[in-house]
Amino acid sequence: MASSAERAAIVVAATMGVIFAAHPAAAYTVYISNEKGNSITVLDSVTLEVKETIPVGQRPRGIILTNDDKYLLICASDEDAVQMLDVTSRELVGDLPSGPDPELLDLHPSGSPVYIANEDDNLLTVIDLADKKVVAEVEVGVEPEGVGASPDGKTVVVTSETTNMAHFIDTGSYEITDNVLVGSRPRFAEFTADGSRLWVTSEVAGVVTVIDAKTRKIIKTIGFAIPGVQPEHIQPVGVRITKDGAKAFVALGPANRVAVIDAKTLDVEEYLLVGQRVWQLAFTPDEALLFVTNGNSNDVSVIDVPNLKVVKSIPVGTAPWGVTVSQH
Amino acid sequence: MTSLFLLFAPLPGRAATEGGDEATRLPPAGEFATVPIGYLKQEVKRFIPLSRLNVEPEDLGIAGAEIALKDNNTTGRFTKQQFTLEVERVPAGGDAVQALETLVESGHHFVLVDAPAETLLRLSDAVKGKDVLLFNIRAPDVSLRQEDCRANVLHTAPDRAMLADALAQYLVWKKWPRWFVVKGVFPEDLAYLDALRRAAKRFGGTIVEEREYKETPGARRSDSGQLQIQRQMPVFTQGAPSYDVVVVADEKEVFGPYLPYRTWDPRPVAGTAGLTAMSWHPAHEQWGATQMQNRFQRFAKRFMLPLDYQAWVAVRAVGESASRAGSDFAPINAYLRGDEFGLAAFKGQKVTFRTWDGQLRQPIIVAGPDLPVSMSPQEGFLHERAEVDTLGIDEPESKCKFQ
Repeated sequence: MASSAERAAIVVAATMGVIFAAHPAAAYTVYISNEKGNSITVLDSVTLEVKETIPVGQRPRGIILTNDDKYLLICASDEDAVQMLDVTSRELVGDLPSGPDPELLDLHPSGSPVYIANEDDNLLTVIDLADKKVVAEVEVGVEPEGVGASPDGKTVVVTSETTNMAHFIDTGSYEITDNVLVGSRPRFAEFTADGSRLWVTSEVAGVVTVIDAKTRKIIKTIGFAIPGVQPEHIQPVGVRITKDGAKAFVALGPANRVAVIDAKTLDVEEYLLVGQRVWQLAFTPDEALLFVTNGNSNDVSVIDVPNLKVVKSIPVGTAPWGVTVSQH
Repeated sequence: MTSLFLLFAPLPGRAATEGGDEATRLPPAGEFATVPIGYLKQEVKRFIPLSRLNVEPEDLGIAGAEIALKDNNTTGRFTKQQFTLEVERVPAGGDAVQALETLVESGHHFVLVDAPAETLLRLSDAVKGKDVLLFNIRAPDVSLRQEDCRANVLHTAPDRAMLADALAQYLVWKKWPRWFVVKGVFPEDLAYLDALRRAAKRFGGTIVEEREYKETPGARRSDSGQLQIQRQMPVFTQGAPSYDVVVVADEKEVFGPYLPYRTWDPRPVAGTAGLTAMSWHPAHEQWGATQMQNRFQRFAKRFMLPLDYQAWVAVRAVGESASRAGSDFAPINAYLRGDEFGLAAFKGQKVTFRTWDGQLRQPIIVAGPDLPVSMSPQEGFLHERAEVDTLGIDEPESKCKFQ
């Protein structure tokens, strides 16, 4: 008789076989920022192996690829800069004038400008990627962190951790049009692909707030309860929603779980056990896999999205934080 | 760096959705509501500490309140609330009650009290029944949370029981359960000792001996002083039963800081010197604290200390409640004490006020001089509701009957 570990291995192998059979050509590159390792780990989405580790600036956290997949923009928080990594040559080719302590960033859907939250300075800095110049600085609440651009590019939302608000900013006038109070320490903002809703995670309150993007009213505040986990350990951080708007995945920090939520009914469906202190997550473009950074166990968990199974954990650098996946 | 608009200037564009949007709960466009906060500091004649590093800065606590005020007002730009801070300094022996009445008459319903326990009680009694809420940001006396508790006081300062419990949990977790206690002669030292004894009983520590330090060490900082101390301290700590750690109860810093590296047996020192429990440490950088430390240092040109943090929490607690409950006293006061309240305060979990005694429920940092060593509650000290309630006086043992 097979032991439970062996059975698990068989299940994993079978599951992965299904994935690869279904997506034979889908080889994407996955980038992980290692907050304490001061490096970027590069993974292959098919072999699920580390291809390379690239040293970068100090305390890299939020990362994003330019729309052409050529450059990785890295918030090097302790360098007070957003560094540009040429992913072909693997070399840092310059800094964006991001302002102090950049933490998270997002791109306008057209690829530029880039919106950067300056946690230490209560600012959103807007930078044009073509000439690398600051287009605008928008004064927001205390400790801005999460940044999310709407799919139509007309709105960018910034969450401020001490002010506890989601600030809606008009990308034409750079004026704040609405402020929505959410739970304590909002960390991340993500629009649904159709632009109808905004999801905001609140780390200290332990909730996710879903906001109607048009009326700017709260639709629902989603709470979490996991048997055997103290409520104060449930600290939502990253959130990703499938393009069809069916499922949302929320990283729950030291609860060591990713919550799976029906993004239409807004009910929590299940909790997937991952590594320790789970921060951020990113889909492959085909949404077959979800990569999840575990800050305290120095690894990345790989979730099989259709089957909602954690299929692998990959050791990376020290304190993995941000994650992004190439589009091609 | 140029900002797009000035502090307090009305927001360009639409600041509030018309007709009282529930999601944003913004007041009608145009006016800013004011929430005045008072800070009453009773000056106290203090011993000069042994280390000049530990001399209290002139603006201790006040700078913490001021930076929290800035945080509140940044948020207030969006909620159309303006917070103000009025500081009243009462000289040693001066009339604190009069100063409080002045603050209250000028509309300050929330007042931070930076004063010893006896002053706090007089202030509390003087405004009993009025719309006034006092924040005890300084006094660590357990009695203020027990038999002397008051309905109009919330405590952001941890009490000695919380501090002793936090330290004890770490020592027991570290498997250093045998404590050689060295105590001073002041009532504060004995009060801390009581808290240590209680903590030992609760968490499985053993006090192997209590030894009193009676004499005042000689030359203190003079040239020959160090040599003298170097000979005195080993002799003083000689002949103790087997123990793991020296635990000092010397709140006024008469001799405690002389013990590390000078004990007869090579043992670590904890308590009021060496490894110490506290609400805040200037090198605490977890859970976003780096930003708080940076912001404070840029503003005050010095490190952020526990009293600054305790004042920061009090002012932010008012701000957080006001952003959700409006600008009037009664709803803010109710919100602060209610289930909805939860402040993000760089401790990895929200901080809230205990309903049974008004004490801020918060994790406690256990730190050496340069760095935090740990944060209590420690793993394995379980509680039926919240692990953090293993620190300090829990509901079943509370003697507080609010009056």
